[in-house]
Amino acid sequence: MSDCLLSFKNVSKSYDGNYVLKNINLDIQAGEIHALIGENGAGKSTLMNILFGMSVIHNTGGFEGQVEMNGKPMNVKSPHEAIDYGIGMVHQEFMLIPGFTITENIKLNREITRNNFISAVLGERLKSLDYKLMNMDARKALDVLGMDIEEYTMVAGLPVGHMQFVEIAREIDKTGIKLLVFDEPTAVLAESEAANLLQAVRNLAASGIAIIFISHRLDEITSLADRVTILRDGELIVTKNVKDTNIVEIAELMVGRNVNITRDDAAQRTYSEEIVLDVKGLRVGMPGEWVKGVDFSVKKGEILGIGGLAGHGKLGIANGVLGIYPASGEIQFQGRPLPLNNTKQVLASGIAYLSEDRKGVGLWLDESIELNIAFTAMQIHGEFLSPLGLQDSKKIHENALKMIADLDIRCTSSLQTAGALSGGNQQKVCVGRALTQKPQLLFISEPTRGIDIGAKKLILDLLRQLSEEEGMTIVMTSSELAELRSICDKIIIVCEGQVAGILQPDAPDAEFGLMMSGANRKLEGGLAV
Amino acid sequence: MDKKTLRNLIVSVVIGGFLGFFALRGLFGGGFLGGIVGAILGAGIVYLIAYLLSLFPKLASFLANNIVTVIFVAFVLLGFMVTKEITLKNYIEQLFESVFRNSFLLLSLIIPVIAGLGMNFGIVIGAISAQLALILVRWFDIPSTLGFVACIVASTPLAMLFGWLTGKLYNNTRGQEMIAGLIVSYFASGIYLFILLFAVGGIIPVAAKGAILKEVLTRTQRNLLNPLGVGIRVSVDLGSLKYSLDGIWRLPFVTFTIIAAVGFLAWLVIQYMRKKKNPSLGKSNLLLTIAGSIVCVFFVIISAIVLITKNATYMALRPAPMATIIVIALLAVATNFLLKTKLGQDFRSVGQSQQIARVSGINVDRTRILATVISTVLAAWGMLIFLQNIGTLGTYTQHSQIGMFAVASMLVGGATTSKAAVKNAFIGVLLFQSMFILSPAMGRALFGNPLYGENFRTFMVYGVIAIALGLYIWRGLKAAKNKVEE
Amino acid sequence: MTETKKSFNLFSYINMGTIIIAGFLVLIVAMGTVFGKIPLSMMLNDCITRFGRNGVLVLAMLPAIQSGTGPNFGLPVGIMCGLLAECIAIENNFFGLGFLLVSVVLAIGIASIVGYGYGKLMNSVKGSEMTIATYVGFASVGLMNLVWVSTLFRSDKMAWFLGEGLRTTIQLDQVNANLILDNFLAFKLGAHITIPTGTLLVVFVLCYALYLFFRSKSGVAIAASGANPMFARAAGLHVDNNRIIASILTTVLAALGIIIYGQSFGYVQLYDAPMMMAFPTVAAILIGGATAQRAKVFHVILGAFIFNSMLATSLPVINRMVAGTDAAVLTDVIRQVVQNGIILYALMQVRGGNR
Repeated sequence: MSDCLLSFKNVSKSYDGNYVLKNINLDIQAGEIHALIGENGAGKSTLMNILFGMSVIHNTGGFEGQVEMNGKPMNVKSPHEAIDYGIGMVHQEFMLIPGFTITENIKLNREITRNNFISAVLGERLKSLDYKLMNMDARKALDVLGMDIEEYTMVAGLPVGHMQFVEIAREIDKTGIKLLVFDEPTAVLAESEAANLLQAVRNLAASGIAIIFISHRLDEITSLADRVTILRDGELIVTKNVKDTNIVEIAELMVGRNVNITRDDAAQRTYSEEIVLDVKGLRVGMPGEWVKGVDFSVKKGEILGIGGLAGHGKLGIANGVLGIYPASGEIQFQGRPLPLNNTKQVLASGIAYLSEDRKGVGLWLDESIELNIAFTAMQIHGEFLSPLGLQDSKKIHENALKMIADLDIRCTSSLQTAGALSGGNQQKVCVGRALTQKPQLLFISEPTRGIDIGAKKLILDLLRQLSEEEGMTIVMTSSELAELRSICDKIIIVCEGQVAGILQPDAPDAEFGLMMSGANRKLEGGLAV
Repeated sequence: MDKKTLRNLIVSVVIGGFLGFFALRGLFGGGFLGGIVGAILGAGIVYLIAYLLSLFPKLASFLANNIVTVIFVAFVLLGFMVTKEITLKNYIEQLFESVFRNSFLLLSLIIPVIAGLGMNFGIVIGAISAQLALILVRWFDIPSTLGFVACIVASTPLAMLFGWLTGKLYNNTRGQEMIAGLIVSYFASGIYLFILLFAVGGIIPVAAKGAILKEVLTRTQRNLLNPLGVGIRVSVDLGSLKYSLDGIWRLPFVTFTIIAAVGFLAWLVIQYMRKKKNPSLGKSNLLLTIAGSIVCVFFVIISAIVLITKNATYMALRPAPMATIIVIALLAVATNFLLKTKLGQDFRSVGQSQQIARVSGINVDRTRILATVISTVLAAWGMLIFLQNIGTLGTYTQHSQIGMFAVASMLVGGATTSKAAVKNAFIGVLLFQSMFILSPAMGRALFGNPLYGENFRTFMVYGVIAIALGLYIWRGLKAAKNKVEE
Repeated sequence: MTETKKSFNLFSYINMGTIIIAGFLVLIVAMGTVFGKIPLSMMLNDCITRFGRNGVLVLAMLPAIQSGTGPNFGLPVGIMCGLLAECIAIENNFFGLGFLLVSVVLAIGIASIVGYGYGKLMNSVKGSEMTIATYVGFASVGLMNLVWVSTLFRSDKMAWFLGEGLRTTIQLDQVNANLILDNFLAFKLGAHITIPTGTLLVVFVLCYALYLFFRSKSGVAIAASGANPMFARAAGLHVDNNRIIASILTTVLAALGIIIYGQSFGYVQLYDAPMMMAFPTVAAILIGGATAQRAKVFHVILGAFIFNSMLATSLPVINRMVAGTDAAVLTDVIRQVVQNGIILYALMQVRGGNR
C-alpha cells in the first residue's frame, strides 16, 4: 500500500508466558478513521501501550514483532518520544492540570521560550515563557476544533466536553502530528457534545491525519469510521470496511467465542419465584464506575449475573448495595427495607460480599488466614469471642481448618498470612469468610480476576455448588461474559450506568454485544437476531 | 431552629463569652462580675457578626478562606486599642527592623510550595550552612562588607550540598515532606552541634597539640573557641560583620517611606494598565488599585509632612537599610521572574500534578530537588542577612526556630501548602511581627501580666501552623469525598 | 497444615534499625566496663529505672500506630492532660497514694475527653496526621503555658514564691509522691541494682492489658482499620470511630505515662519541658522494630529498653572516656542524631502520596 502510514507486523506480547496479544497485523492509512473495538482484555490497551512505548511494556520484556511508520521501523521507548514520530493520544481520563489555563495545558512541557539576559548565563531552563506566542498557538488549535472559548481560561471549572477538546487541541498543536488515538472520547460527553466531537474528528481526518478511534459505541463507529478492526482475546478477528458490515455483525464478532459454553444442566435448574432482593433507582458514587439509576430484582436461589464493559458501572452496583461507596435509591431485602450507606447493617441482615479488589478490599494481607476467615463474622455477629470478649483462638482455628478442608485452600498452615497465598487460594479464603457469615445472599464481583485458568473453574464450580447444595442466592458481577454465561440463570447487562437489558445465558452473541455497547436501544424492533 | 443556626449560636457563645470575659475584666478591672457582663456582650457581638456575615455569603466565604489572616488582623487591631505603652514610633521602629531582618528568609519558602513540596521546614538546614560559613569567616577574621561577601561565597556550596540531600530525602518521603522537613532539621542540628561542640578542637585540630592557644591563635580566633580549645563559644560576636549589609547605605526612614510608597504606586498602576490592555494576564481590579493608590498617597503625604515640619519624633526613626531593602526587592522580583521561566513553569506543573508532569516528560524528581536546593541556598543567604542585623550569633540555638517562625509568618500572610506568592510573605511578616511586638504589652494591659502575652505568642506560632495546615487539608479532603451524582 | 502453635520467629519481629542500635548499646556498655571501669550492674540499674520511667509513654504510641494515624507526634496533648490532673490533685491537697489515685482518675477523665477531640481532628486531616499532630502537640504546650502562668492554681507547693503562676518544676516529695511507685515492693539486687517493682508492674500490666485489648473485638477492629481501611469498611466497621477510640487510648496512656514518669523522676515539669517529648518516644518504638504503620507490644518493650538503655549508659561512659567535654551535652547530641535519624528512616518507608 502506498499510503500506508502505520503498520503493526506480527506483533505479539506476553506477560509471564501468557499471550495477551497474538500475531497482530494491522495497517493504518493516512487520513482514514480506523475504529478499534473489543471487550475488556481483548488487547486494545496493550496494543496502544506498545505503540506509545509505555513502561509497562518495556519493564516486562518488550514485545515481539515490529511497528513501522511509513515503512520504517519505529522504536518508541517512552510516550514522550512518541511525539517525535507524530503520534498522539487523547486520553480517556484527562491528563489536564486543573490549576492551569487552557494555553498552559496545551503547551505543557512544550512551552515556547525566548532568551533573556539571565538564561544567557544560567542556561536553557531559565528562558522566559513567551505567553503571547503560546496563546496564539493555543488559539489556532482551538479554532481548528471550532472552540470559541478564551485560551487563557482556567481548566478547572470547564465542562467535561470542553476538557476533552483541550486534550485534542494539545495533540493537534504538536507539530507534524500524523496519527491520533482517541480512547473512548465520547464516554463522558453529553449527546450534543459528542456530535461536536465526532465532527471535529472527521475534520481532522479530512486534513490528512490518521485516526485510531477506540469506542464501545457501535453506532458511532458505523457512522464515523472508514474501517473497523475487531480484537478478541488478544487476536485480530477481522478488519472490515464499515460499509461492508453492520452493527449486528460487529457486535457478534466482538463477543463470539470459539470455546463453547457447556450448560447441559441449564434447563434443570429451578428456583423459587420469591423475590429476595429488590433494587429501585440505585445511584452510586463510585469513581470510574458510576451507577446512574438501576432497577433489578433477584429471586431466591437464583444466580444472577451482572455484566458490561469496564467503567460502565457494573462494579458500582454491589459496592453501592453494600454501602462501601455512597449510594441513593431504594433497596428491599427479604421484604424489609435495607438501609443505604450502612455496611454493618447490610452484612448483619445476611448479605455477604466479595470485592472485585481482592488484595485492596477483600483481604487483610498481613494477617493470618484464620483471622481473615473469621473476621467479618466476629465483627458483625460477635462470633468467635470468648466470654471475656477476647478472640477465641480455638474456635477461629477450628473454623479455619474446616474451611481449608471444604474449599481445598492450599496453604502451609492456617496461620500463614493471606498475602502469601496464590490468587485462587486468596479468593477461596474470601469465600471462606463469606460462608462463615452464613449469608442468604452473596454478592461476588470479578470472582476469577487474576486467577489462573485451572483455578478459575474451581471457583465457578464452587459457586454453582453453593447455589445447588446450600440454596444460596448469588449475584455475580464479572467482566468475562463467558463465565457469566456458564453459571448464571440470567444476566443483566449494564451500559453507561444503567441497565441495558436482561438476557438468558444462551442468548446469541450479537445480543450481548449490542447491549454492552448500548446499541440495542437505538435498534429497537426490526433487528431481532 | 436548624442544626446550623444552633451550631453557630453555641460557637459564638463559647468564643464570644471566652473573649468577652477576659476583655472586659482586663479593660475595666471589673473583676468577676465585669467578666460575666463581658461574656454576655461578647457572645452577643460574635453572634451578631456571624449573622451579618451570613447575609453576605461572598464576603463570609472570603473571610473563612483567609481565617488565619483575619484572626491576626483582628488581633493586631485589638492590640492597638488596648496597649498604651508602645508608642507608634516604637512600634514602627521594631516592626520594620524585624521586617527587614526576616523578609528574605520568608521569600525562600515560596518556591518549594509552588513545586508541591509544601512548607519547607528544612530551611533550618540553610540557616545551619550560613552559620557554618559565618564561623569560618570569623575564624579568618575577614571584616565588614568583604566578610559578608565571603559568608555568601562560603555558605552557597554548603547550602547547595545540604539542599540536594534534603531534596533527595523529600523524594523518598513523598506526601510527608513537611514532617520529614521538620525531623531532618532536628537531625541536621544534631550533627551541626556535634561538629561545633566537639569536633572543632576535638577532632579537627585548631592548634598544634600542646601549644598554648594564646601564642598560636589570634584574638578573634580565641574569642571563637571555648577556653579549653574545644568547641565554639555559645555566643559569637560578629564584630565588624554587624550591619555589614544594612550599613552600606542608609536613608532617613521617611525618605524610604516616600520611595517605597511611590514605587508601590507605580507598580500598582502599571499592573492595572497591563492587565487592562491584555486580559490574558489576569483580571484587572479597579477598586483594589484605587484603594492601594490611596494608601500609597496617604503615606507619601504623611512622610512629606514629617519631612517638611522636621517632626523631631519621626525624623528620629532609625534610618532604613537601603542595601538590605534592595536585596529583598531584588529577590521578590527574581522569584516572580523565575516563575515565568521554563523552570518556573516546570515547578508549577510538578506542584500541580506529579503524574501528569511525568507523563509530559518533565523529570519530576530532579525538578523537586532543584526547588529544594534553591530554597536552601536562599535560606542560607536570608540567615546571613538576619545575623548581620542582630550582630551576635547564638551558635547553638539561633537556627532552631527559624523554620517555624518563617512558616508561621507565611501562613499568616495567606499562603497555603500549595499556594504561595511574594505578597503572602510581606503581609505575613508585617502581621506576624506586629503580633510579636504587641503581645507582651497586651498581656499586661488585659491581664496585668506580660507573661500571658509572651506565652500567648509562642502558642500562636504553633497554633497558626496547626490551624492553617489542618484547615487546608480538611478542605481538600472534604472536596475529594465521593458523592452520589444526581 | 494442622499445627496450632505459631512458631516464634524472632526475625519477623526485629528489623535492621533495632540491630544497629542494639549493637551500639553493646558497644557503649563494653567500652564502659572495659575502659571506663564502670560496674555493669550500675549501668543496668540505670537502664531499668529509665525503662520503667518511660515505658508507658512509649506504650502510648501503640494504639496510634495500629489505628493508622501513625506514631503519635501529638504526645504532648496527652501529657498536658496528665500534668493538669497532677496540678489539680496538688491544689486540692492530696498526699501520697491519694495524690496518685486522684491524679490518675482525673487524668483518665480529662484525657478521654481531649482524646475524643484529638481523634476527631486526626480524622479530618487524614494523610497528614503526623505533621498536624506535631504542631497540635506544640500548640497544646503553648496553650497550657497560659494556664500555668495564670492564677487558677494558688497552692504554695506549686506557685512561685513571688509573683503569679506556677514554678517550672514542682518537687513531688512535697506531696509524698516522689518515687511512690518505684518504691512499692522495691528490692535490691546486689550493691547497685534497685528494682522499681511498682513502676515495672504498672508498665507490664498496662502492656498486657493492651496486648489483650488488641485481641478483643474492638482491638482487632482498630488494627484492621489501620492496616487496611477499605477492608475494614467492607467488613462493616466504622473506620473513623475506631481511630477515635485509638486516639482516646493513646491520649489516656500519655497522660498516665507522664504521671508515672513524674513520680520516678521526682518532679512534675511544667512549661516547655514536655514540648519535645514526643520525638524520643516515637524513636523508641521504632527502634523496637515497629514501623510507622505496624507495631506490637513486643516492639514497645524492646524499643523502650534499648533506647533508654543507650541514653542511660552513654552519659557515664562518655563522662569517663572523653575528658574535657560536657558529657551531658554530648549524650544529648547523640540522642538527637540517633532519634531523628531513626524517625527519618521510618518516614522513608511510609507509602507516599504521589499527586
